[in-house]
Formats: sequence, structure tokens, C-alpha cells
Amino acid sequence: MTDKLTFNDFRARIGDVPTREYYRSLDELSRSEAFDEILASEFPQQALPLQRGGVDRRDFMKLMSASMALAGLAACNRPEQKIVPYVRQPENLVPGKPMYFATAMTLGGVATGVLAESHMGRPTKIEGNPDHPSSLGASDSFMQASILGLYDPDRAQVVYQLGEVHTWSEFVAALVPIANAAKTNGRGLRLLTQTITSPSLGAQIQQVLAMYPGMQWHQWEPVNRDNVREGLRMAFGAYVNAVYHFDKANVVVALDADFTSDGPGHLRYARDFASRRKVRRGTTSMNRLYSIDCGLNSTAAVADHRWAVKPSEVETWARGILAGNGANPAIAAIARDLQKNRGASIVIAGEGQPPVVHALAMAINQQLGNVGSTITITDPLEVQPVNELESLRQLVTDMNSGTVQALIMLGGNPAYDAPADFNFAEALKKVPFRAHLSHYYDETSMLSHWHIPETHYLETWGDARGHDGTVSIQQPLIAPLYNGRAAAEVVGALLGGMDASPYDVVRAYWFGKGANEQSWRQWLNDGVIANSALPARAGAATSAAIPESGGMAAALQNYELHIVPDPNIYDGRFANNGWLQELPKPQSKLCWENFAIVSPATAQAIGFGEGERAALNNELETRRVKVSYRGRDVILPLWIVPGHPSGVVTVTLGYGRRNGGRIASPPDGTPIGADLYPMRFSDALGGGAGATVALTDEGAYPIACTQEHQSLNVSETGGERHIIHRRTFGEAEKHEEDETNHQSMYPPYAYASHAWAMVIDPSVCTGCNGCVVACQSENNIAIVGKTEVHRQRELHWLRIDRYFRGSPENPEIYHQPVPCMQCENAPCEPVCPVEATSHNGEGLNDMTYNRCVGTRYCSNNCPYKVRRFNNFFYADYDTPALKPMRNPDVSIRTRGVMEKCTYCVQRINEAKIEAEKRGGDQRVRDGEVVTACQQACPTDAIVFGDMNDKSSKVAQLKTEPSNYALLAELNTRPRTTYLAVVRNPNPEIAR
Amino acid sequence: MAQIFHRSANTLSRVTIFGAVFIAGFVLWVIGGIVRSPVATDQGVFREQPVPFSHQHHVAGLGIDCRYCHTSVETSNFAGIPPTQTCMNCHKEIWTNADMLAPVRNSFATGTPLVWSRVHRLPDFVHFNHSIHVAKGIGCASCHGRIDKMALTYQYAPLTMEWCIGCHRAPEKVIRPREEVFNMAYVAKDQEAIAPRLMKEYKVQKLTSCSTCHY
Repeated sequence: MTDKLTFNDFRARIGDVPTREYYRSLDELSRSEAFDEILASEFPQQALPLQRGGVDRRDFMKLMSASMALAGLAACNRPEQKIVPYVRQPENLVPGKPMYFATAMTLGGVATGVLAESHMGRPTKIEGNPDHPSSLGASDSFMQASILGLYDPDRAQVVYQLGEVHTWSEFVAALVPIANAAKTNGRGLRLLTQTITSPSLGAQIQQVLAMYPGMQWHQWEPVNRDNVREGLRMAFGAYVNAVYHFDKANVVVALDADFTSDGPGHLRYARDFASRRKVRRGTTSMNRLYSIDCGLNSTAAVADHRWAVKPSEVETWARGILAGNGANPAIAAIARDLQKNRGASIVIAGEGQPPVVHALAMAINQQLGNVGSTITITDPLEVQPVNELESLRQLVTDMNSGTVQALIMLGGNPAYDAPADFNFAEALKKVPFRAHLSHYYDETSMLSHWHIPETHYLETWGDARGHDGTVSIQQPLIAPLYNGRAAAEVVGALLGGMDASPYDVVRAYWFGKGANEQSWRQWLNDGVIANSALPARAGAATSAAIPESGGMAAALQNYELHIVPDPNIYDGRFANNGWLQELPKPQSKLCWENFAIVSPATAQAIGFGEGERAALNNELETRRVKVSYRGRDVILPLWIVPGHPSGVVTVTLGYGRRNGGRIASPPDGTPIGADLYPMRFSDALGGGAGATVALTDEGAYPIACTQEHQSLNVSETGGERHIIHRRTFGEAEKHEEDETNHQSMYPPYAYASHAWAMVIDPSVCTGCNGCVVACQSENNIAIVGKTEVHRQRELHWLRIDRYFRGSPENPEIYHQPVPCMQCENAPCEPVCPVEATSHNGEGLNDMTYNRCVGTRYCSNNCPYKVRRFNNFFYADYDTPALKPMRNPDVSIRTRGVMEKCTYCVQRINEAKIEAEKRGGDQRVRDGEVVTACQQACPTDAIVFGDMNDKSSKVAQLKTEPSNYALLAELNTRPRTTYLAVVRNPNPEIAR
Repeated sequence: MAQIFHRSANTLSRVTIFGAVFIAGFVLWVIGGIVRSPVATDQGVFREQPVPFSHQHHVAGLGIDCRYCHTSVETSNFAGIPPTQTCMNCHKEIWTNADMLAPVRNSFATGTPLVWSRVHRLPDFVHFNHSIHVAKGIGCASCHGRIDKMALTYQYAPLTMEWCIGCHRAPEKVIRPREEVFNMAYVAKDQEAIAPRLMKEYKVQKLTSCSTCHY
């Protein structure tokens, strides 16, 4: 190995002008020889155990003899299989054919429509409901991964009283004396829920409140929308809900707002926003996005102009835009651009920003005439909008004063996620009766007298509102797997019914609102109640209530701590979901834990570099730091992300679960990641100034970061390859150069029938990861764990490469989803000694798992690095709970087998069979085959179809001037091509 | 030093050396034979079933159509195993007290499904679709044999990949008019004459890509 690079060398090498135009990591930008070595090897971590410790002859013999013995066992005759038919088969069920049901998933109380696929009664896949206004058919990683959440064997399965197994009826019996006592004075009885938009559950709770005089209902979510709520109240004088129409906006200003991947309606917003950014031949307009943000988010990644600022500085920008000028000349330019697009622009503030920023944003919108045109104001979505922080504070105060006699918690995990200064766990212990309904036996359950397992949304009836108020009926696909109970049942028990069926509750509510059998069935079929969106309400935003600027605190010391929900596991509720844990986080490409994220300059100031960095294996190791804030410390691995604001340390919530399940809290007792809730104080939920960061003196810390995995940016000669093609809106008609070297010794294939192809438009790819999890769910892709990801053995068939361009302080960001390219001249095919990978008549590179002997030659020869190898038994064959989850149309791959994207060939074959049975020309029509990634994509960045059908969308996109093939110079003739990224910068603003 | 090997060892070694190719060939031939034999394929093997159901009686004797029980054969990849309800449609009227049918009545009364032993089994990495084969004019009997003559059901064909591919390479040898698909006794009068017409009419392709079955 050659010498490692020091940070000084690194600075010297990059200087002010980067040596490379596009880069995936700082290591790539600085180009040390050691790093090049890692890039050059196909399986860089493969030989490590042998190189490091070595294997002696004895061990070798032991291993070999064990393998031989096992090989002998495997030759036994196959066991007999059983077929178990129905006794009475359900009427509409065709064995072997999936059925689809419309339902809804809520996050933060707000619903997104879901179409769930069910195979013989088992839900196997989640898609967005095309008829639901918050989804339009798209889905995000949380929705996709919720299917694993359903089957999670670690979910709570029994009713516990103080750690002992009891029954639901015993719990209901225990409630009776509480309820009787509260009938005269209910002040001691409290209900704590998460945000609730469900009209039927809301009505039920109102009934309970009426029944027990003085009883109080508290609401708390750690990732709540208090800021939005209070900000809009400041602007409009009442709690309201804002619905944005990005399809009508020419100019969008995002004030630390990640509207394409965060908050209610983000899928819809992403679709609408992207619809104005798809530049095709003849497109005459394109929207423009300015992002002022405090750390890279998905929306910032597609911005035309972006400024990385400290969280506390966003307000200054907002005030500047309102006033039309500011310290930065760009502010005036933004204001001018907005003025040019009065009534056709949007200024939106992020949920992490304080209310005053939201009020300022609305004041700007009002001034521009956007309210009523690009923004609709409606009544709130919540049954009872409250300031959740104050609601919880009230509860804690009352618990401490001994007022609370009984607390019933419906969902949530406040003992883990309440603000640190509330000392919720201590206060909770003072309540004489505490019951907790939740999916897992978690931190709060441990402190409760009673714990009741909660049903998953696919297991019970319910209803909830989408981002515009549209109501969906949530219908179950399967009976509760683990004896779960719904919130409606617990509330029902308080109302005096032992077995209040959620079905009856929801149905009775809506029949009381005028539904009949026919409309009810229609709603269940559609997944939405027609015309139930909340109507626009009158009202204009005023800036009267906005307080004067306090001015920037002079010379802030130390660093600003920026606490945000985790893009993978949110507030911690998805911590036990392996799919989400292993997902490379959208911008940093880190997985399996949380990090302290800083800018390159801040890292240097902390002292990460100057020799320390030289001792590390690039991209595989980092150092841990102690972050101290208001007297509390946390140890986190440090990670540098170009484009992060300097002076800010971004940390994410949800890790460090003490009781979250086997994945979140492994049995060895060390939870994965670090818990940041102890640093989250009620007066600054998003963090604040005054944090210190110091390197710990422990050594290198291994991490799982995929940003340099499967890199294709460096050519054999060490030069930079032309991966990302970019252009500005003005150059939209420019033809991409065909870099193909057409020489070939073989005649081209003839594709007489279909020619499957894909076009990806990275212009609108936010890197949100919806497609990656969709692919994982559709294709039964296993997870491998942190250690194996560290060894570059992750199995995701579809990866999203993230490139930076320009200065590491504020680079442009480009996302590029890379599935198998399905090359016409595929380098993988001729090198397979057993023809396990072969070319088919429609242009697919077939991968035959049962034929593969694991030579890995194909992967070695693949220039796009899209093949994945099962080094071990990654697929879990044994856990019974996970078996029904898998897609029966896709084989599960075993050890020693190569796998890769197949363009969802199972869906292609199904569509072909149906087309051929249909008769006529027996051809698959455009749009009949939708790949899993395409179906999930909120921005429609992925288009798939038959290239031979000249009228198909994909064939037309292939004729676009901006269409180009990745690594075309290799003459692989990939079927997956890309469109050049189009950005629309404001000429008035210099970059 | 005394001779370790007897003189005859010379001959033995010569035979072994020169015969190596033949010996290896013979071993491979034996293995090839075994993997194609019923030992490995289960071809022709009867399975113990909870009820000794006779296709011969129900199909040939009573003339019940395949699709009365195997309802999804024209629409789905899986032909379908009849629910107990289907048996009881008739057996609540006839043979209501037969001992042989006790498990069926019991299943219907208690709601516990009958547990049949699988006769035709493909590995999990093979995806077979009944409906498309039926739609393209492949008769039941082409793969399942004369079910109407089986008192107890057994696997007629070897179900090896070699056997599948044989037909996929030359479907014209077995294609039949769609209306004859469920006819067990169908014999083509002049296969060579009708096959080209049917191949064209049904748009039959010779699908031999790996991903036709493996994915």
C-alpha cells in the first residue's frame, strides 16, 4: 500500500479549483493513490480476512472437510410437499393471481393512499394509490418498507402487565375502576395520542371526553408540525392548513424546506414540482428553485440555486426577501424573480424553522398574490389542532404535581422521544395507572403497567385525511398477526365496550354522515371519499403579528447543533426496519447509524485532518467525536459532506434505541447509533448554538458508507469519465454527442418482438430512495448488515449515485439512479463460463440464479458495477414471520449466487401472458409493464417500455436531444439511457 | 529391494491409464441416467393421499370437465386445487356415508382444509404458467398424461428442464386446437398438416430464453 494522504496534502491538491469536475467523495476529489487502489479492485474487501490474519493449513483443512460433509448432506432426496386448498374458497379469489386493495398509511397523522398487493391473503407489496391526491400512485421509502414493518417478528405480540403475559379482557377489567372513578371527576384521567386526523377516532375521543368530565386529551409527536401550525396562526390568526400547488409555480423559494420528501403531501408536491422541470423538445418554460437550507436535503439537491446557511440565519433571508433586499445581493435577485412571477410562485418554509419564518413566508406569498392561486388555505387537517409541545408540557406538569391518576397512551414512545428537560420517564413513574398501546414493547412500554400490542395499518380499520383533507378509509388486508388492538378498541373500552370493533366504529361514523352501502363500497374500492378535500377558506396572511427581528446574536460561539429527523428511520419508529436501516441516506450515503455531519471547513477546524485522517482507510473508517450541548454529551462518528453549512453540526434522531427490537437494539446490549433526544430541549427542539465538538482519542471507527461503492467515475487511464451530462434551460435543444464507438466483431442482435428499454431523467431525481426500497420489496432483496455493507457487499439492485460538482463548500448535486443497463453488447454475458447470464430476444440480460456457480467474472466485467453477489446466506430462509412477506413471483437467492436488476422481468412476463391471452395482436401496450422503481417514483423520473413500439413514451424519450448512454464509449449499447440534467439558473446571480 | 507390485499391476495400470476417458465417460453416463430416472424426477411415483381420489372415475367414468375442479387453469399460473366445497357439491348428495369420504366431510364440517400431497412439483426457481399453455393450444394430456386413466394420480412426465425445452423448441409437435385442450383422448389425425396453421393462428413463439421460466 502506498502512503496515505494527509489533510494538508489534500488541501494542496484540491486548492481552490477542483481537479475533477464531478466527484462522489472528497477522497475522489483529492485522488490519493491508496484511494485509486480501492476503486480499481472489484471486490476490495474480499481478500481482507486472508490478508490480515491469514488462514493456516489446519484451518483450511477444517473448512474444506466441513464443506464436503455439508455438501454430502445436501444430496438427500427432496422432501414431500403439501398442498392445502381452501375449505370454502373466497368468491373473487383466483389462486395464483394477486389482488389489490386500496387503503391508507399515516405518518404524523396524515394519510397517503396505498394500493396493497395481496397474494392469497398475504400482503406482499405496497404501491401508492393513483386516485389519492397525496400520492397519485407514488410511494416513498417509509411506505415501501411498511410491509416489512407488518411482518416484523419483533413486534409486540401479547398484552403485558408489569412484564407478565395477560389478556385483553383483563386489561379492560382493570380499566373499569379507573373509568368508574372518572365518571364524576375525570381530571385524573388523561389520554396521550399522536397527531390525529381520523374523523372517526376523533369523534370517539370527543365522546370519551364528554363522558368523563374534566378529562384531558394530549397530543405529542417528536417530529411535529408545531412550527408550521403556529407560523400559520401568526399569519392568518387561526390554525389553518396550507396546500401548495407546485404545478402552477414558476419560481419556488424553499426556506430550509424539503417539500419533496418531508411533510404531508410531499409525494404530490414532488410530482407537481417535477412536472414543471421536465424539459423535452419544444418545452418553453421551466420552473426555478432557490433553496436556502441548513444541510443537504433532497429538495436542495435539485435546486437551481442553493445557499447553505446556519439554521438561525434563515430568518434573515426570509426578512430580506420580504423587504426586497438584504446583505447578500442574491436576496434582491430572488425578490425580483418572485415579483416577476406574482401569483405564480411559492415561498415555503421547512418544518424545522421557527413559526416566525413560516409567518414571513406566508406574508411574502400574500404580498405576491400567491395565496389563493398557488396556495390554498383550508381548515386544519387535525381533529383538534394543538401546540403539541405545550400539550405535552401540560401533561408532564400535571404528572409531576400528582394530578394525573391514569394515563392511557395510544401509540408514540414519549419515554424515548419527549424533550429532554421534561424528564418524561421520571414524571411518568408518578402516575398510578399507565397503559401504553404500541407496535413494539419499547422504552415507554417498559415503564407502563399495561402494554397492549398495536395493530399495523394493514391489520385494522380506520380513516385519516390526506394533505388536502381528502379522507381515505383504511381497510385491513389481513387479520392482526400478533393479537394487536387498534386505538379505536382502547378508546372503545373507555366508552364501556369490551369489543368495540374498529370496523363498526368507522362504518357507523360514516353512515351517520350520510354514507350508504353503495357509497361505502365505492370508497373502499377507490381508497378515497370523493370530494372530501377541505374547501378553501377565506383569509389573508398579515405580517402584523410577526415580531420584529431580534437581530443576530452577536458572535455566536462554537457550533450550531442542528437536530433533524432521520431520513431513514424518521423519529425512531422505523428503527427496527432493516430495509430502512440499510438504505444509504439520500445525500450522505451513510447507513446503519447516525453521524455528526459537518462541512469540510468545519471538519478542519475540529481537527479532523492534520495527520488523523492519514491514519484512516479512506471511505471505510472515520473518527468519532464528542458533541457537547447544554451539559450533555454524545459520541458520534464524524462525517464530512460537501455543501453542508460551516459552523453547523447536523445530527439525526431515532437511533440509540434501548428497547427497539433486535435490529434497533441488538441483543449484545449496544444499540445502533446514538440517541439525540437527550439533547433536544423544549425551548429548542431543532437544536441551537453553543455546541462543542471534539475528536475522541479512540482510533479509527469503521463505518458503512456507500458513496464510493461501485464507482464508475474513473477510467482505466485514471481520467475522469463523462458520467453526468448537464445543460442549462437555454441549451435545451442541444444534442448530446453520441460517444459510442460502433466497432464490433459480432453482428447486432435482431429484436423482432419487444425491445425493453428505460429512460431516466436525473433532472428531477431528488435521491429520495423510494425506488430503492420498492425494488427491494418487489425483488426479495436481502439486507446484509453494517459489517457487510462496510465490505461493499450490499445487495441493492438499484443504487442512486450522488455526484458533486464544483467547490466542496457549496457544490452542485446530481443524483443518478443506476439499475442494470441491460446492454445490447453486454460485457457480462460472454465471460460467464456456465451461461448463467445470457441475452434474450427482447434485449434483457437474463440472470439465471439456479445456473450461477459464483465465479463473479460477470461482475468483474461490468463497467456499470450493477451486479451483486451473495457472499453468505443473506436471505433469511428460517424466520417464519418473513416467509409470507416475500414476492412469490421472484426466486430467493442463496449463497454463492450473483443477482441483479432484471427490469422486473416477472412483471414483463405477466403482462406478456395477459396480452397474449387477450388475443388481437397479442402485444403488450405501452404502460402495461411498470417496473417497481418506476411505479414508486414520485417525480416520474423513470420511464420504462418497449422501444420497438415507436409511439411508446420510452421510444419518444430516446429521440430527445438530451438523451445519452452512460459510458457510451465502451460500446455496450445500454438499454437504460439518461437525459442530460437541465438546470435553470437565474442569470442575475453569479455562481 | 523386493518388488512391491506384482507383474500384473503393469497391465492394470495400462488399462487404467488408457481407459480413463472411458471410465469417466461411463461414470457420467450413469449419473446422467440417474438424474433422469424416476429416482430423481419422481416420474410415475404415486403419493399417499388423505382421500384416494380417482381421476379415472371422475373424468372417464363421470365425464366431469377438468375445469370443474381446476377452476383457474385458464386464468392463472396455478390451475387450482378444489376447495372442499367443490367435493361436497356432489358428495352431499351421493356417497354421503362412504367411509372413504370421511376426511372430506370432516373437513367441510370443521373448516379444516384437506392436506394433499403434491404430485407435480417444480423447483421454486421455475415459474410455470398454466393459463398461457392452455391458451396456446397445449393439451392437459401433453404434460399430465392420460389423467382419465389414472386411478391414483402420478406424475406422467419427468418435468426435467430437458423435457420442458424439448417442447419449447418444437411446440409444433404437440400443439392442438384450443377446443381439444381438455380432451384427454385427443389424437391428431395429421399433426404435420394442422400444426403450421395453429402455430400461426395462436401466434405461438418458441420461447427458450432463460427468463421465460427463471427469474
